[in-house]
Amino acid sequence: MIELTDVTKRYGPTVAVDHLSFEVRSGEVTGFLGPNGAGKSTTMRMIVGLDAPTSGQVTVGGLRYRELRFPLRHVGALLEARAVHPGRSALDHLRWLADSNGIGRRRVDEVLDLVGLADVAHRRSGGFSLGMGQRLGIAAALLGDPATLLLDEPVNGLDPEGIQWIRELLRSLADEGRTVLVSSHLMSEMALTADRLIVIGRGKLIAEGTIEDVVRRASSSHVRVEAAEPDRLRLLLVDRGADVSPGPDGVLVVTGVDTRDVGVIAGTARITLFELSSHTASLEKAFMELTRDASEYTAGGAAA
Amino acid sequence: MTTLAIRPTHPDPTALRVFGANVRAEWTKLRSVRSTIWTLLATIGLAIGFGALIAASQMSSWENLDAVERLRFDPTSFSLSGLFLAQLAVGVLGTVLVTSEYATGQIRATFGATPQRLTLLAAKGITFTGVVLAIGLIASFSSFWIGQSIFASNGLAASITDPGVLRAVSGGALYLTGIGLLGLGIGTILRRAAGGIASLVALLFIVPIVTGFLPSSFQDAIGRYLPAQAGMAIFNVMPAPHSLSPWVGFGVLLAYSLVSLAIGGLLLVRRDA
Repeated sequence: MIELTDVTKRYGPTVAVDHLSFEVRSGEVTGFLGPNGAGKSTTMRMIVGLDAPTSGQVTVGGLRYRELRFPLRHVGALLEARAVHPGRSALDHLRWLADSNGIGRRRVDEVLDLVGLADVAHRRSGGFSLGMGQRLGIAAALLGDPATLLLDEPVNGLDPEGIQWIRELLRSLADEGRTVLVSSHLMSEMALTADRLIVIGRGKLIAEGTIEDVVRRASSSHVRVEAAEPDRLRLLLVDRGADVSPGPDGVLVVTGVDTRDVGVIAGTARITLFELSSHTASLEKAFMELTRDASEYTAGGAAA
Repeated sequence: MTTLAIRPTHPDPTALRVFGANVRAEWTKLRSVRSTIWTLLATIGLAIGFGALIAASQMSSWENLDAVERLRFDPTSFSLSGLFLAQLAVGVLGTVLVTSEYATGQIRATFGATPQRLTLLAAKGITFTGVVLAIGLIASFSSFWIGQSIFASNGLAASITDPGVLRAVSGGALYLTGIGLLGLGIGTILRRAAGGIASLVALLFIVPIVTGFLPSSFQDAIGRYLPAQAGMAIFNVMPAPHSLSPWVGFGVLLAYSLVSLAIGGLLLVRRDA
């Protein structure tokens, strides 16, 4: 389990992560989403002890990363940037990593087979394609057979076959009871891989929960109601805590309650309904909605 | 939930075991990059090659030397002259050992594998010390014997059994190790090869030239305490002017190395990777 408690990270005047708290549970694939510059990589770097939080606490399995001896046996990480000396072969890279954590050399051959790099193990990693580099990074993450895995944008640079392979791998790792945290800036990718989502923007937590939860929370998921007495219904709905805004042609756009709630309220008040429908945003749209204000860089020009 | 494929509990390794594992890892790192091997071979080549060249040219001009110069001729320290160039290879290697990790991004994998950064630096230092000592012994003993065979033509050769000679020749290896560790410390502090190597070259070659222009009283106050000048005192079999005694000199060099490593270690722990 990964736990962040009120974590803030400042780089000079820039706040990269802002009072962030969340928990990543075992046995699930947790998607870590946010637009570029949201603080995903910084958060992951803090989890593996590369950067120290300015304040707050980050623990893996209850311990801070810097307290772990032979951490590769507990946590495997694939960070976004390459972390391999280009002059060294894949085999030698994994060998020194194994040596550093008291992992047997046989395990090196196992992970090379697992990621499909056994045939190029003796080649210098400098000549590897982006996809091969990713596979080597994944081999390194799996080397210590860790209970927790962190992967920063793992599908970057992989071909469709490789992407499929990663998805299945993540699934099987979670099914074995491991904690798996995968970051991405692509919502569609997460829809296919993740059980739960943590969405951040500008270093702050925006949403957390199952994919359905997150989609429901986005304001573009709404209920459309056309009623005989829209003003009276509106007041009733607002009383129930719903957020109601008038749509075109006297239609009400309602969020915060579902169609069933609206039906019951209207029925009790004997208001005739002409239309009652639920509109669910796509995951991609929900993501855009949630992070719109939090995107560090947005395309210029006036909003349409 | 299915059972974990992973081993459920690991006995928490001792700090010593972590250190040992990291020495092994650093050894694997060191020998698996070709440029490291080439640099180590270059160290031996430079020491022997330039040592022989300088020895031969000294012998060819022996007739032109005055009595004082002949009297001061120290065949042991003279045969180790090539180390003056070989130190550059070793110092640069020490620097690059750290800076290349930053340049390639490998430092993230290194810190990820060993978040105990001081243990890591110690393991790097010990591994490098072992390698440079071994290379240094080959370089200095070869240089010594080749030098003496050249001096033998003029009947000037020293013997390894003469008083102080074994210390001086072994000192050649110690000197290279001190310089290598100084490079490692500077590399750890600066994290960039360009700045690290420039600082090292300045400290070893340029500062001595600058202080050479100062009056001789300054020479004694500053010159002999510079890292290279202090450390090279260990080569001397005969007492040399403006020079510290052999072990004091080497101690001063070692102090430079250890201080640079201590500062590097402090920064390593404090800085983000």
